[in-house]
Amino acid sequence: MPDEHDFAALWISLRLASLTTAILLLIGTPLAWWLSRSRWRFKFLVEALVALPLVLPPTVVGFYLLVALGPHGPIGALMEALGGAPLAFTFSGLVIGSVVYSLPFVVQPLQDAFDAIGQRPLEVAATLRASPLDRFFSVALPLARPGFLTAAVLGFAHTLGEFGVVLMIGGNIPGKTQVLSIAIYDHVESLEYAQAHWISAALLLFSFLLLMMVYGFNRRFSRVQS
Amino acid sequence: MARWTMTLDARFHVDRGDFSLHVDLTIPQSGVTAVFGPSGCGKTTLLRAIAGLESNCTGYFRIGGEVWQDGRRFLPPHKRPLGYVFQEPSLFAHLSVRRNVEYGLKRLRPAVRRVSLDRAVALLGIGPLMDRKPHQLSGGEQQRVAIARALAVSPAILLMDEPLAALDMALKHEILPYLESLQRELDIPVLYVSHSRNEVARLADFMVLLEAGRVRGMGAVGELFARLDLPLAHRPDAETVIEAVVAGHDEAFALTFLDFSGGRFTVARNDLPPGRRARLRVLARDVSLTLERQTHTSILNIFPAVVDEVFDEGGAQATVRLRVGDVPLLSRITRRSVVNLDLVPGRAVYAQVKSVALLN
Repeated sequence: MPDEHDFAALWISLRLASLTTAILLLIGTPLAWWLSRSRWRFKFLVEALVALPLVLPPTVVGFYLLVALGPHGPIGALMEALGGAPLAFTFSGLVIGSVVYSLPFVVQPLQDAFDAIGQRPLEVAATLRASPLDRFFSVALPLARPGFLTAAVLGFAHTLGEFGVVLMIGGNIPGKTQVLSIAIYDHVESLEYAQAHWISAALLLFSFLLLMMVYGFNRRFSRVQS
Repeated sequence: MARWTMTLDARFHVDRGDFSLHVDLTIPQSGVTAVFGPSGCGKTTLLRAIAGLESNCTGYFRIGGEVWQDGRRFLPPHKRPLGYVFQEPSLFAHLSVRRNVEYGLKRLRPAVRRVSLDRAVALLGIGPLMDRKPHQLSGGEQQRVAIARALAVSPAILLMDEPLAALDMALKHEILPYLESLQRELDIPVLYVSHSRNEVARLADFMVLLEAGRVRGMGAVGELFARLDLPLAHRPDAETVIEAVVAGHDEAFALTFLDFSGGRFTVARNDLPPGRRARLRVLARDVSLTLERQTHTSILNIFPAVVDEVFDEGGAQATVRLRVGDVPLLSRITRRSVVNLDLVPGRAVYAQVKSVALLN
């Protein structure tokens, strides 16, 4: 049976994933919109940057973030100068790392959804007196709804399954920065296979149900749209 | 045809490498103006430029006392009081028909609302569709909703980009009557892009002929169809459009009389009330010429006319442009007849019209 440390890890994982997803939707939406609409010549540079976490080993992302967030890094030093504590080995640090690492999983589905809308509905809205901001909220957002669901679920699930980045930045402190995926690793290291099984199976089932819901919903939505 | 006092001015320059549009238009600020030409001639680009949707477009646009665009100013699309009907209905898929039609209306200041929701809905006959979603409508119904949606913003001008092109013949005939009643009931100038001569003849009063991004000619539809310096008059099925007024009916022989400045047409009985304006189409090849009025003939429609201009079509054919009253009429006859009858400009003749089609 899972012990109290496991439940603490579950709680941290859920908090981390929810907070990361919320932040990513807030940052990712305008970013994806800009990537979808901009005709800037060097847009591809930004696109490559956003996609980097997809190909980099998590330890590389984690390592640079650790350096940046630590007391001698630029962000850590800034935090200290502002009277705060360095972010390495804290929950806030985990959130920052997760936001960076899960960025493409949120931005890309959103960008695809915005691309799929095309120019026409927005032009129609413009001829119906809607200002650019109005067009975004009354036309682009509702039409991109399936993209938002996909983005939120992918962002959440990917953060839940994170290991390398969290380990580098968070340092596996039980009750503070130890998340579920690391708890599994610890159990296996200590040859506690039964507990590792419990958590793994729960994560597997949860992830499957989540994805099933997304695909089911998007299929229904696309049928209605076409 | 009516004379136009109010006009709007449009001068646009668009350069896109492989395509350029350079136009300078003065068109009536009432009735339907057709923008006519082959595909790729810049019709759509012109409409988009007027709506402010075309990037890299410079120029000038004035309607009434308002300038939407000049060297210094550029009113963004959502600030231009226009209605736009795109070639595809382009309804918002996430909104019901009602919310689609209300979309623009809700964004208008109440003071500038002149067309009510009920009026727009009634004119296009979409009342029964209001609670449906766009994907539950036929193509023709969707386009009617799109037209109602554009009307509901009480536009100062309605831009229609081949609104019937995506529909099949049956649906076209379903929508055309709505477009005609729209024109009769609302005092909104319409700019109607089309490459269908039939639609233009039926709906438009004024016409702009575009070719490769340049204006080939503009003027009243009846005049432009009959201009020998433009390609329309030289097609094998060249035609003249004549506007007439229903004068009355002859019940005994089931005939209807229609008056125009050159005389009175007699056609098969129709249901139009006396006083109603009607469009007639006369094919050039159905008009023959005589020097004296034929008396013992089955042809009902014979008008005194004056030869305006003669054009040698090559081969056996020639096109003669006549003036009947104050409207032009085309006649396609053989070159031999031109010589035999000595048809030169100024000669008085009789035009015998073998068949007439009522357009509405």
